[in-house]
Amino acid sequence: MSAPDPAIRTTLADANLQLAIYTNTGRFKDNRSKAVSPETLPEYQDLRTRAAEIKQHTLDFLDVYLLQLEAAVNANGGKVIWAQTGEEAADFVLQLAKEKGANVIVKSKSMTSEEIHLNERLIHHELDAVETDLGEYILQLAGQRPYHIVAPAIHMTRHDVADIFEEKLGVAHDTVIENQAMTARRVLREKFLQAGIGITGANFLLADSGAVVIVENEGNARLSHSAPKIHIAIAGIEKLIPRMRDLAVFLDLLGRSASGQPLTSYTSIVSGPRRAGELDGPEEFYIVLLDAGRTKLLADVEKRESLRCIRCAACLNTCPVYRKIGGHNYPWVYSGPIGKVITPQFKGNEKDPWLPFASSLCGACAEVCPVKIDLPGILLKLRHEAKPDPKDTRVFGLWSWLMRRPAMYSLAAKIGLSWLGRQPNGWLNKVPWPANSPSGPLTAWLSERDFPAPPPKPFRELWVERKVKERKK
Amino acid sequence: MDSRDAIFERVRSAIGRKLGQKPLPPPEPLLRVSAKTVEQRLARFRAALEALGGTVTLVPNFASARQAVETLVDGQSFVASPHPFLAQCGIAGMPYANPEELRNACATAGVGITSAYCLLAQTGTIVLRATPQEPRLISLLPPVHIAVVPQDRLLTNLDEMLSMIPRPVDDSSAMVLVTGPSRTGDIEQFLVRGVHGPGHVHVVIVGG
Repeated sequence: MSAPDPAIRTTLADANLQLAIYTNTGRFKDNRSKAVSPETLPEYQDLRTRAAEIKQHTLDFLDVYLLQLEAAVNANGGKVIWAQTGEEAADFVLQLAKEKGANVIVKSKSMTSEEIHLNERLIHHELDAVETDLGEYILQLAGQRPYHIVAPAIHMTRHDVADIFEEKLGVAHDTVIENQAMTARRVLREKFLQAGIGITGANFLLADSGAVVIVENEGNARLSHSAPKIHIAIAGIEKLIPRMRDLAVFLDLLGRSASGQPLTSYTSIVSGPRRAGELDGPEEFYIVLLDAGRTKLLADVEKRESLRCIRCAACLNTCPVYRKIGGHNYPWVYSGPIGKVITPQFKGNEKDPWLPFASSLCGACAEVCPVKIDLPGILLKLRHEAKPDPKDTRVFGLWSWLMRRPAMYSLAAKIGLSWLGRQPNGWLNKVPWPANSPSGPLTAWLSERDFPAPPPKPFRELWVERKVKERKK
Repeated sequence: MDSRDAIFERVRSAIGRKLGQKPLPPPEPLLRVSAKTVEQRLARFRAALEALGGTVTLVPNFASARQAVETLVDGQSFVASPHPFLAQCGIAGMPYANPEELRNACATAGVGITSAYCLLAQTGTIVLRATPQEPRLISLLPPVHIAVVPQDRLLTNLDEMLSMIPRPVDDSSAMVLVTGPSRTGDIEQFLVRGVHGPGHVHVVIVGG
């Protein structure tokens, strides 16, 4: 099952892009290794195990924790909005914005909101919905989707940013990164102070406290939930954890796995609108809880664990496939190994049937996953569920027919071997006629690698010869 | 059926549970609390925050705290929380009659001065809790943040705080863990401080 070629070939041929992906993911990968090494965090493996257990437990008893969360949010003076689909979630935001006359809406980075195309929807209704994370802001100006779950503009250089800012903001062309960041600060600060609604995602939802946890470095999430009169947090129902105390486990893993930071600059735990006597903070607080396909994954006992994901992107940074093809060649907003695992489950396996096959099953992703999702195992399950390629069916059909006929098999093997043409070095590296068409699957496969040739004498012959010799003795 | 009921029904059917059925108890989080001396905690806090580009000043009493803050403010305009500990140190913010006034002051001030709920030595973290005495925007809008905190509020780590107070947001609308200045690496992973929040973070720890 092969991937759509042209776009991937373009990525592979772009030397600058290749270097950008390789060095950026490489740095994340190295920082992560250092931050979870036995010298730095001796209890790392215990934390992973416990994090996986707590997340799995929450999913297994999700109805209870959803009820708990709802009761706690109500008690705090907030409100839970239930959305079965992305449209329903977006409609709520849209309606509230109209009702309250909020024309400017600031948004901090949230994969869930990307998933439901919230911005497009709001902008379509002539609302000024602004991304405020620096990377996301650059992408919004450029009209692109995130390249990476944690570092959305990982594929861009300061030169790209200078061009985009000049074109879209009308500022002078400036390639100094500090100046670019300060331009964004200036422009976005105005938006924060004008905005009627601030939208955030949620890294975790705390059932016992009725709170939203948002992890970030820039301060744009803090501004989004503190400056406007209304704060809306949008999150999938799988984001729950039972108690605030569980953060002792999860915060120790999230920052380290994502960027190697023991704690990111800001961790906000937001538990409702401002209380009596507080001078700032939002007057209204909503958590939009989104299903949009999650209950379907939840129902699949074998693959339910994919909902444990805390979106740290460690699996992207370590994946040999992501590190070559980058983020935009995956069909959905979630890229890398976790994208490969959840996209077919959300969108159906038929839509991009190549996806679970674009993996060497090397297992690097599972090794770095802080909540121990068996990513390669789930990829295998998805492969089993995939509709077989008719070409594969024919080839393997012939194979199975031969295997059931030993004499035919032995003859075919002999003919096959002499046809393949063993190279003197013991490898097969070219495809013989008539299978040598340049677009043929064997040619494509052998163009990048050699195949160890079978030995000159097959085992079954050696076995027979040995029996004959033994009898002679 | 509304969306709420529909989602609950799908969730229960997905995990094979009935309404009102009791759950198993959740696995306990691993709270790692080890006894550290004040000196160890101070040294660790300083090392952690300085590594992130913040500064730590240790002072023996209220008067010297006020002095240290004056040096750090260096004549710039400032806003300060109406926090009793700041008042004790003689660091008085203007009283804000209404939210608009506070917001405008924060939007224009060069420095924001707060106290803190506690400090976490392990990570160099300032823990802020939104209360009438500790508004959110003072530590967020100005480019410089100074936190003045009594030394007995210096804890070892987050685990210690959560083991003492398991639900610290029950009587506040927000808690923020501030670990160093605002930073971004979104362009070429080049570190820039102060992109949205304060680019400078100073902690004055008041001993005695």
